[in-house]
Amino acid sequence: MTTLTKTEGATAPTGPEPFLSVRDLRVRFSTEDGIVKAVDGLSFDVERGKTLGIVGESGSGKSVTNLTILGLHNPKTSTVEGEIVLDGQELVTAGEKEMEKLRGNKVAMIFQDPLTALSPYYTVGRQIAEPYMKHTGASKKEARARAIEMLTKVGIPQPKTRVDDYPHQFSGGMRQRAMIAMALVCDPDLLIADEPTTALDVTVQAQILDLLKELQQEVGSAIVFITHDLGVISDMADDLLVMYSGRAVERGSVREVLRAPRHPYTWGLLSSMPRLGGDTAQALNPIPGSPPSLLNPPSGCAFHPRCAFTAEAGGDRCATDRPALADGRAAACHLTADQKQRIFIDTIQPRLR
Amino acid sequence: MSDNLTLPAQQSPAGASAEPLLTVEGLTKHFPIYGGFPIKRKVGAVQAVDKVDLTVGAGESVGLVGESGCGKSTTGRLITRLLEPTGGKITYAGHDITHASRRELAPIRSEIQMIFQDPYSSLNPRQTVGTIIRSPMEVNGIEPAGGREKRVRELLELVGLNPEHYNRFPHEFSGGQRQRIGVARALALQPKLIVADEPVSALDVSIQAQVVNLLQKVQQEMGIAFLFIAHDLAVVRHFSQRVAVMYLGKVVEVGDRDSIYNRPRHPYTHALLSAVPEVAVDDEPEDRERIRLAGDVPSPIMPPSGCRFRTRCWKAQDKCATEEPPLVRLSDSREGHLTACHFPEEPTTEARDEDIVLDPGLKALEDENAGTD
Repeated sequence: MTTLTKTEGATAPTGPEPFLSVRDLRVRFSTEDGIVKAVDGLSFDVERGKTLGIVGESGSGKSVTNLTILGLHNPKTSTVEGEIVLDGQELVTAGEKEMEKLRGNKVAMIFQDPLTALSPYYTVGRQIAEPYMKHTGASKKEARARAIEMLTKVGIPQPKTRVDDYPHQFSGGMRQRAMIAMALVCDPDLLIADEPTTALDVTVQAQILDLLKELQQEVGSAIVFITHDLGVISDMADDLLVMYSGRAVERGSVREVLRAPRHPYTWGLLSSMPRLGGDTAQALNPIPGSPPSLLNPPSGCAFHPRCAFTAEAGGDRCATDRPALADGRAAACHLTADQKQRIFIDTIQPRLR
Repeated sequence: MSDNLTLPAQQSPAGASAEPLLTVEGLTKHFPIYGGFPIKRKVGAVQAVDKVDLTVGAGESVGLVGESGCGKSTTGRLITRLLEPTGGKITYAGHDITHASRRELAPIRSEIQMIFQDPYSSLNPRQTVGTIIRSPMEVNGIEPAGGREKRVRELLELVGLNPEHYNRFPHEFSGGQRQRIGVARALALQPKLIVADEPVSALDVSIQAQVVNLLQKVQQEMGIAFLFIAHDLAVVRHFSQRVAVMYLGKVVEVGDRDSIYNRPRHPYTHALLSAVPEVAVDDEPEDRERIRLAGDVPSPIMPPSGCRFRTRCWKAQDKCATEEPPLVRLSDSREGHLTACHFPEEPTTEARDEDIVLDPGLKALEDENAGTD
């Protein structure tokens, strides 16, 4: 265990300070029904130029985390505790003015649905140019030239004329390209992509994902990539964080987590997905039950009511005692390392054929 | 290995009955577009479905895949006769139901049921689960032995819900449970054919598998034929014995599962398969071809002439623009594997010597980054 963690740390080429560091983040919303713990003690780091993938089902807190990083949560109804440090700057306590300087400049976001995230009232070119003018002080003319340059880069045909189009004149894939152009216009150091391809068709999704990868290579941004699709993550991310019920349950490099997963939830996700090369005679192995309510999460390990291996972890430990997630490559589970390895090889791996 | 396992299995249901349960020939649906002032005239048509041929055998499950806007849902709705076809012929168990009236359809309606995509909008929020599942029996005047309520409880148990929840309302259930209610409703009349329109795409990953397994159990145990409409190629592959690939209102390729997924011939099927993101669970290097198309699907209002895929195809030539390729069996394809293409691809999905990247922005970036590396 410890040796694994060390080697992982050794492979990281950058200095001791990660670019984005989230420590013990807690986000709560007060609603009529009670307090929703949308994110409950989440910690992760992102290094420069790397992609962190966050996977989880709907309601696992992955989107809330990233809205909080950008300070886009509603301060009236939500409370945020913990630390978010971006390049040495603390964001949780930062004022609205400071956040404004960051948004669209150092940190940018790509939203899931480009039709609702783009304003129907302004031309695409103007929407791309606006953050550039605001953050760099460029003139209208320079900003327009920059918008055309960005549209060319993301592969919009005839960018010189399309720059004056409105979002409704673009197709779904082109709108998402325009969103990417808008996010990258100031060469951000951190890009948050919240399910950027979920609303798109597979052939367009493949284009957009490759485009993002190539642009990342060119600009060198760090990307936080949120999705529910393990296939997309496997393609995009360097590191992976699996979230369940507002907490991280497993962390590691994509290779480690997808090829030798250690948490029963990750096992469940992997074995419930049909694959193109899979054996069709074999039934899928779904996770029983449904995701928990965040109003009243289960005691102990939030996954224990759906977990098939609670008996092996010993007594009712899973129901009473919440397992912690160690640093580095780790899974928040009471099973011992030997048990996990045995269960994975004996039970789970045959299901992944 | 898997070839040998799957092939005989999928031929037995088709071969058992000489006549397929459902035959669709030249099915066409054009939605008119009206414009002009003050008198509105028909100015065009959305050619949602255009001359689609399809057969579903008794007890067989046929998958229909394609991207959004390719007409797969419209095809499903035409077959269940929720929409009136513009042209073509739908034959169900020997009866022509293309333009059958309400009264003529009544006995057939109970045999063709539908499962909808959105479990939130397809259940009436004012009715209890019991009422929802019971009403198809009431409408069709079916009195099962032991009463309708007993049958509803049996159905609830069959789909994995607690029969005690008979008197609950849909909002008390989660998305996956609601989809189970939808399945129970479809099963209430013991149908012979179920048209499932994206039955799992609104559900979370961990719940999808539960519903897919339930549908598979229903299909195998009760011998119900399925037309499984979905955009997720892996789910369709898991569920269907035969698969039809649609593009812009046309079936471009149809065949048994192994032919479509391992020996595709149409360039679009190749592109579609290569675009599916796959989880790498083992260390074997990926040996899949990489094809990146340019742009999006063209508008079905003015589809390209000839072959509809030619505007995004890397093999397109003049012939493709003038002549529409027929859906035929190619010389080295298997029986029943039909492809509509003038210049078909090699029947393999293995990696090519050179990736096909048609997207201009992506191509420029790749060349640039390859140069700097």
